[in-house]
Amino acid sequence: MIRAFRFLADPLKARLAASPPVPVATQGSVHVRDAFSLAAAVRWQVLALAPCLFMAFYNTGLQANLTMERLKIAAAAGWRGGMIDALGTGYDPLGFWSAVIHGGLYFIPLFVVVALSALFWEQVFAKMRNRTLSEGLLVLILLFVLLLPPSIPLWQAALGISFGIVIGREIFGGAGKYVLHPVLVGLAFLYVTYPAEMVIESNWVMVDAFSKPTYLSLAAQQRPEALAWVATPWELSFLGLVPGALGTTSTLACFLGAAVLLYAGAASGRVMAGMALGMTATAVLFNTLGGDAYSGMAFYWHLTLGSFAFGAVFLATDQTTAAMTDRGRWIYGLLIGFLVVLIRVANMHHPDGVMFAILLGNIFAPLIDYLVVRANIRRRVKRHAA
Amino acid sequence: MSNGKWNAFVTPLVGDNPITLQVLGVCSALAVTKTLATALIMSAAVISVITVSSGAISLIRHHMPRNVRLIIQITIIATLVIVVDQVLKAFAYSLSKQLSVFVGLIVTNCIILGRAEAFAMRNRVPESVLDGLGNGMGYAWILIVVGAVRELFGAGTLLGFVVLQTTTMGGWYPPAALMLLPPSAFFIIGFLIWVIRTWKPEQVEKSEFRIQPDAERGNMP
Repeated sequence: MIRAFRFLADPLKARLAASPPVPVATQGSVHVRDAFSLAAAVRWQVLALAPCLFMAFYNTGLQANLTMERLKIAAAAGWRGGMIDALGTGYDPLGFWSAVIHGGLYFIPLFVVVALSALFWEQVFAKMRNRTLSEGLLVLILLFVLLLPPSIPLWQAALGISFGIVIGREIFGGAGKYVLHPVLVGLAFLYVTYPAEMVIESNWVMVDAFSKPTYLSLAAQQRPEALAWVATPWELSFLGLVPGALGTTSTLACFLGAAVLLYAGAASGRVMAGMALGMTATAVLFNTLGGDAYSGMAFYWHLTLGSFAFGAVFLATDQTTAAMTDRGRWIYGLLIGFLVVLIRVANMHHPDGVMFAILLGNIFAPLIDYLVVRANIRRRVKRHAA
Repeated sequence: MSNGKWNAFVTPLVGDNPITLQVLGVCSALAVTKTLATALIMSAAVISVITVSSGAISLIRHHMPRNVRLIIQITIIATLVIVVDQVLKAFAYSLSKQLSVFVGLIVTNCIILGRAEAFAMRNRVPESVLDGLGNGMGYAWILIVVGAVRELFGAGTLLGFVVLQTTTMGGWYPPAALMLLPPSAFFIIGFLIWVIRTWKPEQVEKSEFRIQPDAERGNMP
């Protein structure tokens, strides 16, 4: 059994052996002296994800503990309850460790399953193509898990990342060659295939037999309590202490991540700024046009709800799928920001339009680059015309 | 059966399949494969139309003025499609409702006009009929595979019989809603093309550029 899978280990071994700590100058015709390689970018991205990872542990457990207290449930069901009893951390909603442990019991199984599935497919393709294992796998795994609802069955998470890695990444040739963000391809697959588990209206707080919709879905459904997001302090939503996907609730954590990425130069600030600007302009436009409750939602609510900040900082800025020209990055960001608000306000089936907006932005990115380059050529021709 | 006739029939099944190699008729392959039953009916309709039209066009190929040949070919195909549509409405009304416009759209199916132009116009009747039949079968087996996969994983049934008990019916299988949407056919046809090209590498197009192996990428880890 083990021998049958041993062939899979070779690319991984080669990968571990072949990462030099500091790259030296290139040998070929292009002379580059830069310690910043793809591997370095990946390390910075993992560091930037740390605050969101912390929130995945803390907030998931906090929401579960808060709800259990409200519903007077004494202990979690199943193996999680057993683990918490064994560790003795309890379910105190104000306690730090009780929240982190309870949340971790949701995060860690998902992470392990997703990581193993992703590693398996990467190994299969690396072996098939006789290449070393490509960089950036850990970031893809982390991003995917952080975007999942805590309630998702493990096999669905495995299926989603498999689809993302195979169809979204490896079919196009692996790292640096794909068109759409693999994580979002996997997520969109789950979203379309198993809407009951993925769509945001469903239960994203992990307590049995309890269903609490997120603020986005309340706004989208325009029920009498639709204005719940107004009654919730905005600060709470900014800090991310609200129900939602595992790691995307906290705008503050995403801002910290953005600071790390911008310091390291591992992501484009133009994309982030363009997305924020496009979102604000479109939100203000809908505010003035008026209409239903959702179109009246202020831009700072659009910023904190759903996965907008997470998408702007970690997903839209992906180096492979984003626009490559400086001006193109602005246009690309503006387009995504506009699409997010448009999808959120105009289509009540998709209260969080970030995933589809970024996928659409990915599709337009090469066209935007092409037009920017063409415009530049035309301008220079005109300038130097005799 | 002589070798030429045999080849006219066999080649389109896998070697020169209209869907997986020529990538024609994909539109209807997406639209009618939600269930196996519609895929079967559509396959039968296309097989009968393409076989008869190829034969008929081959029969009168010497009497067609070149500059109006497309009009005559389309007239023949459209007539046959109307006949098939009427037969379906008479004997399988509910399935004909499910197929809606797609039976009528067989007229515009590139495979049929393609075979008429490319083969029936310059070959004798027996070869043309066999070529039409072969292409129809080549189209049909892809449709049937796609239809079976989509119905099985999307609804847990095959031809309406329960195979996988879905959770909505109190069973264990959570139906994959994607399979009921047309884009899933793209994925399934794509995987079929992948499998066929792994089996028959001569179908793979020449690559436009070569991916450098790791050793040639300079010092990139």
